[in-house]
Amino acid sequence: MITLKINGANRQFDGDPEMPLLWYLRDILDMTGTKFGCGAGLCGACTVHVDGAAARSCTTAMKDAAGKSITTIEGLSAHGDHPVQKAWMANNVPQCGYCQSGQIMQAAALLKDKPKPTDNDIDQAMQGNICRCGTYQRIRQAIKQAAGVKA
Amino acid sequence: MNGIHIVSRRGFLEGVVSAGALILGAPLLKAGEADNAAFHPSVYLGIQPDGTVIIVSHRSEMGTGIRSVLPMVAADELDADWKRVKVEQAIGDQKYGSQNTDGSCSIRDFYIAFRQAGATARVMLQGAAAAKWNVSPTDCKVQLHEVIHPASGRKAGFGELVALAARQPVPKKEDLVFKSPAEYRYVGKDMPIIDRDDLCMGRGKFGMDIKVPGMVYASIERPPVLGGKLLSFDDTEAKKVKGVQQTVALDGWKPPYGFQALGGVAVIADNTWTAMQARKKLKIEWDLGEHAAYESEAYKKSLFDTAHKPGKVARNNGDVDAEFARATTVHEADYYVPLLAHAPMEPPVAVADFKDGKVVIHTATQNPQAVQDTVASAVGIDKKNVICNVTLLGGGFGRKSKPDYVAEAAILSKKLGKPVKVVWSREDDLRFDYYHAVAGMYMKAATDAKGRPTAWLQRSVFPSIGSLFSASAEYGAPFELGMGWNNLPFDIPNHRAENGPAKNHTRIGWLRSVANIYHAFATHSFVDELAAAANRDRVEYLLDLLGPDRRLNMKPDGPHLIGPGDKVDNFPLDTGRLRRVIELVAERSNWANKKPTHGRALGIAAHWSFYTYVAAVVEVEIDQRGQLRIPRADMAVDPGMIINPDRVKAQFEGAAVFGTSLAMMGEITAVDGKIQQSNFHNYPVARMSEAPRETRVHIVASTEAPAGVGEPGVPVMAPAICNAVFAATGKRIRELPLKKTKLV
Repeated sequence: MITLKINGANRQFDGDPEMPLLWYLRDILDMTGTKFGCGAGLCGACTVHVDGAAARSCTTAMKDAAGKSITTIEGLSAHGDHPVQKAWMANNVPQCGYCQSGQIMQAAALLKDKPKPTDNDIDQAMQGNICRCGTYQRIRQAIKQAAGVKA
Repeated sequence: MNGIHIVSRRGFLEGVVSAGALILGAPLLKAGEADNAAFHPSVYLGIQPDGTVIIVSHRSEMGTGIRSVLPMVAADELDADWKRVKVEQAIGDQKYGSQNTDGSCSIRDFYIAFRQAGATARVMLQGAAAAKWNVSPTDCKVQLHEVIHPASGRKAGFGELVALAARQPVPKKEDLVFKSPAEYRYVGKDMPIIDRDDLCMGRGKFGMDIKVPGMVYASIERPPVLGGKLLSFDDTEAKKVKGVQQTVALDGWKPPYGFQALGGVAVIADNTWTAMQARKKLKIEWDLGEHAAYESEAYKKSLFDTAHKPGKVARNNGDVDAEFARATTVHEADYYVPLLAHAPMEPPVAVADFKDGKVVIHTATQNPQAVQDTVASAVGIDKKNVICNVTLLGGGFGRKSKPDYVAEAAILSKKLGKPVKVVWSREDDLRFDYYHAVAGMYMKAATDAKGRPTAWLQRSVFPSIGSLFSASAEYGAPFELGMGWNNLPFDIPNHRAENGPAKNHTRIGWLRSVANIYHAFATHSFVDELAAAANRDRVEYLLDLLGPDRRLNMKPDGPHLIGPGDKVDNFPLDTGRLRRVIELVAERSNWANKKPTHGRALGIAAHWSFYTYVAAVVEVEIDQRGQLRIPRADMAVDPGMIINPDRVKAQFEGAAVFGTSLAMMGEITAVDGKIQQSNFHNYPVARMSEAPRETRVHIVASTEAPAGVGEPGVPVMAPAICNAVFAATGKRIRELPLKKTKLV
């Protein structure tokens, strides 16, 4: 039996310990905000926070999530008012929006580590998150706005 | 359903619908969705007794914002309060006209219909208030969800007028008076899309997010080569995986491949991951079939063998051969663009529930009516019995207008007698795409003393999208040749465009901007080569090549128009508009003052597609290791009238990234008929640091008919980038992707 915390709530899982956290969230808990994009940690659509750090849930096995505290997009803020979410809305970032849960979780983790990121910091942190619609320019603007640094 | 439908529905429909929209009389909305007293002056618009205005989005939302933007048009013309507008996503139904969200045509084909829907409702509400107050309708006006009678100060909300409005005569289409642009409340403004906040909170519902009671999950191992057949399989190990329920063998397709399911072996399990894991344990023997010898390198050679021979003439002006015979200076070049994959972030996914001869579908599709047709034929029922619910799409780019994955779900649900969710992995998505065609192009020009072409020959060879519908199709279809091939607006006296035959060995399909991708790459690279050979400024050369301002109707040589509502008279190719975007982009990019230095330069390309005029200047920086970055792209665009400037800008910002991906790194290849790429490590797309750091979109203000914005930003990017690379390094890129050429 694996126990872990998801968005503050205690959960128990007795399935295959190799199952990635992504599919536990999506198929078992019906928490579909975290997206499936590649299954190989290459696109970032499935990004969540594991004990506060950004992680790809598609390559995080349940056995490795045991005892950890997980935050998903659903738990980032109660009303969509995390500074990163507010900046995302203010800049009209999403096009199709599929990758944006992962982008937002990645950006939120970046700002926790580096409250005033440079362009280079942003490139480094966001490099693993693909947006096929091509919203990168607005993602950068939104991160800077959330951080209160100059565009 | 209610009183309003008795009031000449036919009249409503005829009054409301544009020529481009094929509308059949039918009840509005899904049963039970609207209550009995609602007022429905159009298939696209209804008003509830509580005043809620329901606007139907019959087009699919894949990131363009269309499901917000078309409703904005109707809401504005009705002068509805946007906060009291509810957008309903339509199911697939031919009464809405075409729902194929493709070809950058949603606004072009439907903005008039949505305007008319809003204006019709407005006139009838005005008439209702006038009857209620016993005054003249002309003394009443609609203002922000109310009808007012200024003389007496009386007011009535939309909701309280619904029943009366339903009994008003339907205004004739030609009697409708539309708002003037100064009166627009929403049109022309940067309105946020209705899904924005949901998408920032993980609440948007995509196809991938659908779960229905009793649903099982399927992962399918498909024939590794197009047309391969299942000989036998051993599922012993797969079935041992906990959570696996069974396996199902699926038949292959019959030519032409169309949107049919590819066949293979499906693993059915309790969840997605288990199905995917168990699938890896299948042991399958395939008959690989006729395409097992397909190999990309050899195929490339065959394309150029064909391109170097005379082909089928798609356009012919003057006498190219005579001019070449007497010319002293002749230039020739070959250009190549490989197969490309769509790779939307959400891989194909569908849920189907077959029960009692009916199928209920939930899926991310660009074309729910094609889902109806495809599923009906796959499971042998009438398409009326296919209910296709359309979710948000996690990207589309053309992939999701081809519902083979929905057919798979329907076939499995029928076989299993329960709802089935088919989830494609990224590997499935890249290996079994409807690829953007690989193309080889041969260009030849004779030039005069100033380097200006006196004769121009262009020959393209590519497997046609026509192979989807006809197994024997080998030549480019008219719509493919009309995408930047037989309709180049250059002022050249002797001009011939040709097309040669090519067999398809994969499924071929349309991808964002379609044949314009390779045609624009060859054309605008070659223009740059000619300008370079003449040592002329590229902007000056391009403008010279365009010649005097004129409006071109290219018939009978082209262009072939996309979509039933298009008339060439509405969209002539106006070279003055093309000139203007070139001048504008040159000015805004500071072209004249940013002279190339070693390792840093600008490149330009201008292209007309989907009736929209686009010119791009891209700046590249190449470091000592040959690493290329794009600090800035400027795009000047004239798409005619626009509805939501912010979303128009977003489409061009996105197109700059999409175009960068295919220019820099996109390539699908086959060996032994099998696609070699499988995930983003070997089919890379542009990431943040590789995308243009900044894309500035400059929109020409226009009252011309709206054209299209989803696709036309893509074709200019590859030639503009490669032309900049030449200016910075002297290396001419004639083959995409660029990453195959060492820049230092």
